[in-house]
Amino acid sequence: MVTPVGTRPAVPAVPRTGRRRGWSPSRRVLPYLLIGPALLFELLVHVIPMLTGVSISFLQLNQFYLRRWLQAPFAGLANYRIAFDLQSEIGLDLLRSVGITLAYSAVVVSVSWLFGIFGATLLQSSVRGRSLLRTFFLIPYALPVFTAVIVWKFMLDHDSGLVNHVLAGTGLGDGNTFWLLGDNAFISMALIGIWRLWPFALLTLMAGLQSIPTEVYEAAEVDGANRWQQFTGLTLPMLRPVNQVLVLVLFLWTFNDFNVPFTLFAGSTPASADLVSVHVYQSSFITWNFGLGSAMSVTLLVFLLVVTSLYIAVTSRRARNA
Amino acid sequence: MHESRTFRTIRFIGLAGLMVFTVTPLYVIVSTAVKPLGDVQNVFHWIPSTITFQAFVDVWSTVPLARYFVNSLIVATCSSVFSVALAVLAAYAISRYTFRGRELFRMAVLSTQMFPGILFLLPLYLIYVNIGQLTGLKLNGNLSGLIITYLTLTLPFSIWMLVGYFNSIPRDLDEAGLVDGASPTRVLWSIVLPAARPGIVAVGIYAFMTSWSEALFASVLTDSASKTLAVGFAEFTTQIAVYWNQIMAASVVVSVPIVAGFLLMQRYLVQGLTAGAVK
Amino acid sequence: MRFRTFGKFRKFTATLAAVLVAAGLAACSSGPSGGDPMTITYWASNQGPTVQRDKEILTPELEAFTRQTGIKVNLEVIDWQHLLDRITTATTSGDGPDVVNIGNTWSASLQATGAFVDFDDATLAKVGGGDKFLATSMSSTGAAGITPTSVPIYGLSYGLFYNKKAFEAAGITSPPASWSDFLAAAKKLTDPAAGTYGISLAGASYTEGAHFAFILGKQHGGSFFDASGRPTFATPQNVAAIEQYIALLGTEKVAVPSSAEHARTADAVADFTSGKAAMMIAQTNTTAAIAAGGMAEGDYGVAPMPINDPLPAGGERVNSHVAGINIAAFKDKNTDGALKLIEFLTSPAEQVKLNQEFGSLPVTKDAAADPAFQGAKTKIFLEELATTSAPMPMVPNESQFETTVGSAVKEMLAQIAGGKPVTQAEVQAALAGAQQKLGGTG
Repeated sequence: MVTPVGTRPAVPAVPRTGRRRGWSPSRRVLPYLLIGPALLFELLVHVIPMLTGVSISFLQLNQFYLRRWLQAPFAGLANYRIAFDLQSEIGLDLLRSVGITLAYSAVVVSVSWLFGIFGATLLQSSVRGRSLLRTFFLIPYALPVFTAVIVWKFMLDHDSGLVNHVLAGTGLGDGNTFWLLGDNAFISMALIGIWRLWPFALLTLMAGLQSIPTEVYEAAEVDGANRWQQFTGLTLPMLRPVNQVLVLVLFLWTFNDFNVPFTLFAGSTPASADLVSVHVYQSSFITWNFGLGSAMSVTLLVFLLVVTSLYIAVTSRRARNA
Repeated sequence: MHESRTFRTIRFIGLAGLMVFTVTPLYVIVSTAVKPLGDVQNVFHWIPSTITFQAFVDVWSTVPLARYFVNSLIVATCSSVFSVALAVLAAYAISRYTFRGRELFRMAVLSTQMFPGILFLLPLYLIYVNIGQLTGLKLNGNLSGLIITYLTLTLPFSIWMLVGYFNSIPRDLDEAGLVDGASPTRVLWSIVLPAARPGIVAVGIYAFMTSWSEALFASVLTDSASKTLAVGFAEFTTQIAVYWNQIMAASVVVSVPIVAGFLLMQRYLVQGLTAGAVK
Repeated sequence: MRFRTFGKFRKFTATLAAVLVAAGLAACSSGPSGGDPMTITYWASNQGPTVQRDKEILTPELEAFTRQTGIKVNLEVIDWQHLLDRITTATTSGDGPDVVNIGNTWSASLQATGAFVDFDDATLAKVGGGDKFLATSMSSTGAAGITPTSVPIYGLSYGLFYNKKAFEAAGITSPPASWSDFLAAAKKLTDPAAGTYGISLAGASYTEGAHFAFILGKQHGGSFFDASGRPTFATPQNVAAIEQYIALLGTEKVAVPSSAEHARTADAVADFTSGKAAMMIAQTNTTAAIAAGGMAEGDYGVAPMPINDPLPAGGERVNSHVAGINIAAFKDKNTDGALKLIEFLTSPAEQVKLNQEFGSLPVTKDAAADPAFQGAKTKIFLEELATTSAPMPMVPNESQFETTVGSAVKEMLAQIAGGKPVTQAEVQAALAGAQQKLGGTG
């Protein structure tokens, strides 16, 4: 019952024999007609602008050429050279920013997954108020990003925020911590990311758990496996396909996250929370160096494509071997 | 299954911890929204000194919230409906037909999910302006461009999810239909679609929520008449004042419909999200 | 039959496309502008307490303009968070308004794009002549030696706001004029146990950081760009200026500790009106925010921002940058209509009315002499703007200067707030780093 995505062969459902002749042309054309509209919009909104973006990365497009951007001088690889130059602050900053983004993704994805699997497992047992709990757990994911971020911003405020108030009140901290400054800004941003995304992990994993037939557990129980053994020996392997998709989706969402840092810091992002998307925004829109900004974006895109393909290749091979 | 005492304790602590983590910010939103401004500015108070609904009255005039709300509603509804429609057609083709370029299309669509928005924000804007100048169909500074953008932004994930879902629907169903002489569209419409309802609803919710929250593209594609909530929200904080109680009241106003819709549909969501991966 | 189903399907997709386009058109709420000589579009910046309030203030004035000239104005007030992005996209695509407000520190950067109409003498004559503007305000309209592409519309300058009661209670009889007096007063007013401090800053605002680096840099005889426009960030003078500013939070400990987190002037104002901070250094239009915070006009006073006394070698008596808003016209639009609107908005009557409403300063000589701006507080700001203010570096990469240097200052304040003092070497290194970031962007 459990097979990974896309392994089902999609052979044409109907054999050609026994069909009337009129079918063959439309059968050949029909799939193209079906994907046509989607393709059209993909080309218009994603592909052509992306290719334009890639070509901009080879131009010296700064404020002097903004107005006549088609006439911006060809810069060759100069923008890439600047972006990769680890001798200068620009290259170092980009590298730092990529590192921060990876750390952010890693923290948010792993903690969200842990919370999700923990919550899903606990909710799987027949606990009272289960559906009410589930409903509450899901709300943060349903909230619009800007409201979710802004309430945290309010709570993390140094003077009038709830977090310092509680820390001081309970004696867990001095209540004098700047959560939105310096290195703490990273923690705060990750916390918000987790708060928003762990419900998605919960939802997905609960669905995954539900699809595991209960008989498997009953059999395991008869064999004397305890709860933890059942979890590691049964649940986790059965969840593997769900996890593969879930981790990938969460990774892509967090790696390209723009809304959280942008809403949280409103253009005044501390160095520790300088996610790549914000970093590129700064160099493109604040300093008008679109050539350099595009070069950074393209680098990022290539990086993501490589990571994702590797991930898909590795996970699907593992699935096949399993 | 037998539940040991330890398990129950862990479960209680675990669920309580997650509950506190989840609910505290929600409580802050609601309680701040009913506080007078003075309560909000200095030390944090758990309980409002007095309860006032003034902020809920003020939000509509501080910022033209009603207009932004309607704009968001139009944009999110249109883009999610079209996104779902296009995704259904494309996913059906991928799931049920082999055709030249199928894998290419599938991988290309998936990889667009990785495009950093910031890379094609400016090019997209330029393309819209040029389309407007060439055809007279203005796509920036109004809602239509935003609808087209969002429907496409949400397409890759929607197609991906629906392909998984369609693959999980037994082929025998539509084969039987085809053998009975129904056309492929008929099969899609009356056999596959009903069976795929959870998947479709899940995709619709995803598309709606994404459109509702998106701020980057909206910030350059809209003007003051076509602003959506995600962008208009910035107007509550000006250089001169930050109206926290109004921000929270507005947060309640903009969140209630989407949260309610989401929760009503969560049943479908659970089925729809994982069908592709699980079945 | 096959063809019919096939046709039906085609009809389905066709309908879909039609519905899509129709929905798009139906949703299209703003009609296209441009081409019509009797209509212009104006993007105004957010000057009042809310965008809505700005609309209410500007609409009747623009109606008066329409009555006068027959030109209809489509007004859009854009918040500061989005204004620059909108100008950028408008510049690149050519699809922009006829008239736009810009932060005057962006003048040289935007001038370099070539998107705006040049204000040569002939053009200036159409808006009333260059002589009608205050010379200092006019100095912040573009790079030296190049025809400006904007003219001033609202003026602002920095001043020292002080709480009269707090001064009285601390036995301070007159507002400090020199920086050392200011520090002494701030120390007297600081009592961490009581939760009161000498001053509050908008420490997390990079623009604010850049402004003070610049102003105090001037006083130290420093400069962030040399005559040919090359960055010279890490000079000893600039280092000294930044050290002087961050010392308020660091070594002197006279600033509200959470200043480091204040991203907006509004946050500093909240400290000031609540009595937590007895002073703040802020721009003219902050008066409106103070009133909104519930502090009576008579409870606070305004003095010029303190100056180092004696001035370090080569230092200038500068205690504000030429702050304010400029107005510009996009090229290839309705330039005639645009210039008429600019002339109207910078006319004496409108200057008096609008600057009063927004709490800013008039930028024309006529309006500056108006009785409306002779109040004690306004006079001080006006005086500063006219005599002791200097324009921010008028170089094309001014915005990079603000982001890099301003962010460096902001990060240093954050470091201090986190309990780690900032050494002179660190200031030096931060400025050198900021300059490198600028280097690659030419």
